[in-house]
Amino acid sequence: MNISAWTKKIRQNSQIGLGFTLSAGILLLALLGPWLAPHSPLDLVGPRYGSPDANALLGYDYLGHDVWSRLLSGGLSLVWMSIAASVIALVSGALIGMVAGFFRGRIDQTILWWSDVFLAFPNLILILLVVAMLGRDPWLIVIIVSIAFLPGVIRLSRSITLGIAQQEYIEATTMMGYSTYRILLREILPNISMPLLIHLGTMLSWAVGILAGLSFLGYGVEPPAADWGLMVNENRAGLQIQPYAVLAPAILIALFALGTNLLAEGLGRAQSGIKEAR
Amino acid sequence: MTINTGTTISKLEQPRRWKIKTQSRRSTFISFERITQAGTNQYTIPAWLPWIVKRIVSSLLGIIVISMLVFAATQALPSDPARVILGPEATEDAVEVFRKHLGMDQPITTQYVKWISRALQGDWGHSIDSNIPVTQLIAGRLENSLALVASVLIVIIPGSLFLGVFLALRRDSWIDRTCVSAMIALKAIPSFAIAIGLMMLLATSVFPVLPAVSLLDPNQSAFAQPIFMILPALTLVIATLPYLTRLVRGSMIEVLDSEFITSARLRGLKHRTIIWQYAIPNAVIPAIQAIALTTSVMIGGVLIVEVVFTYPGIGSALNSAVDIRDIPVIQAIVVFLAGSVMLINLLADIATVMLTPRLRTQPASTGA
Repeated sequence: MNISAWTKKIRQNSQIGLGFTLSAGILLLALLGPWLAPHSPLDLVGPRYGSPDANALLGYDYLGHDVWSRLLSGGLSLVWMSIAASVIALVSGALIGMVAGFFRGRIDQTILWWSDVFLAFPNLILILLVVAMLGRDPWLIVIIVSIAFLPGVIRLSRSITLGIAQQEYIEATTMMGYSTYRILLREILPNISMPLLIHLGTMLSWAVGILAGLSFLGYGVEPPAADWGLMVNENRAGLQIQPYAVLAPAILIALFALGTNLLAEGLGRAQSGIKEAR
Repeated sequence: MTINTGTTISKLEQPRRWKIKTQSRRSTFISFERITQAGTNQYTIPAWLPWIVKRIVSSLLGIIVISMLVFAATQALPSDPARVILGPEATEDAVEVFRKHLGMDQPITTQYVKWISRALQGDWGHSIDSNIPVTQLIAGRLENSLALVASVLIVIIPGSLFLGVFLALRRDSWIDRTCVSAMIALKAIPSFAIAIGLMMLLATSVFPVLPAVSLLDPNQSAFAQPIFMILPALTLVIATLPYLTRLVRGSMIEVLDSEFITSARLRGLKHRTIIWQYAIPNAVIPAIQAIALTTSVMIGGVLIVEVVFTYPGIGSALNSAVDIRDIPVIQAIVVFLAGSVMLINLLADIATVMLTPRLRTQPASTGA
């Protein structure tokens, strides 16, 4: 695939541009925010549900923390956890799916059946079940979210591998006696990487929804630490008096999900556009 | 074959199971010639029967495995439920007595067999929190949730079919482009953010016309108190409609581009006939799988929406059960939800095969 045609497509595609700007913007805000915050996210600096003033751009929350400072410090957990969960799901799912699609037969059947069983658990329900029993350690949550995403990745990478594995150049490598390991990683993986990358964007936006939802329900980051989902929940009672404390984190979460989703949509469109042109 | 590109966008954004299955199927909707093969031997068993039996058995197995997984997760994991329920202050003796009470001193397989055989008779144990039988606790909640899900489906199924076909017929017009962009944006927004937005718009800040909290009267059916259902239902409609509409639009466009439509045009059939008798029936079949997927996604989404609006449904029941680790309630609800998803998928697969002539005669070709 021609690189310059690619970059041209990407530049023409406003969706990717907007998606990239949004995701990168939120990412920067989340990463640099903790250093830019004027107050500590845990300091009580004003009245409960106080309105915005010179000291606090977005007013005060249910205990009197500065909403702006909490907003700046509260994105990191969501951002790193959603990225980690999606990447783990992508890498492991791609490998399992490739193995299923390449070897077929019984391995394939078994893997498919198990992913069907796990698909039967709605994502959030599966995660809640495990969090209820094992606790809310961030890494634990990351792992369960990626397990919840795994069946989708497996099915995707399996179906593409199935098609590729029957092509002549793969047959040729088999006849040349290349090791299975090499065929999978050097010959098949590069050819399935683009759809998988697009799926990564989709998964990121799901992960943002799920993880923010989880901390909204109170099973994510533990209070009093700042976290966007948690902030929405904490300040819900004051929605009428101080809407910024709820609205601001909700908007940031929505923008991050939107950005990653647009990125995936745009990449998908660019990819199919190029294929059509050929 | 690399992935089938012209329609990749709509396919890649469709999550999971549905996408891949239909990729193999979708190409088959178009050819109807094969129906004749079935006509030649009417008196043998229909070709789809063994497939359905196999599919049902595999789903049953799936449900059994799900119940095992749930049981294992709640009863056998390193965390000690008795200790978890009683809290860190309880004495070792009290925990031991309570473990016996829960039957946890027996081997795990015995526990599972006991639990599942009682469950099959409708006894899911008693809630640890309130000591009410779990089935009784869930029944009313379930009714409310079903009312919610049903009213959402009643809106989104006809809505997405109409809107999807409408947009496909006006492909690339300004209205199509605007709607598609709006749908992409809406699809990404997490449901609780939508819920909060709607709550501010319609209940608290801008137009305070609807109740922000769904305090249903437990003695009446949820349908009798629709005012409390509007906001939760609207949230779910907004969260699910874009996906379904885009899918119908995509599959309609694909059908319109296919050769049998061109040949119908060349034969001089009326536009109206082509759309209604040729295109729409073929475009609707993929929607069955998408509706199944939407319903199962909604089963997860309903939890958050119910919590936001304090709607007394099965999702908020699960949420509070998780909060206090009421294990029998968690077990029952999770098995029930996962079982329903399995059932929905099964029904959708059967409907797809039965409505697609070529699959009906050669269901084995799907590999399912």
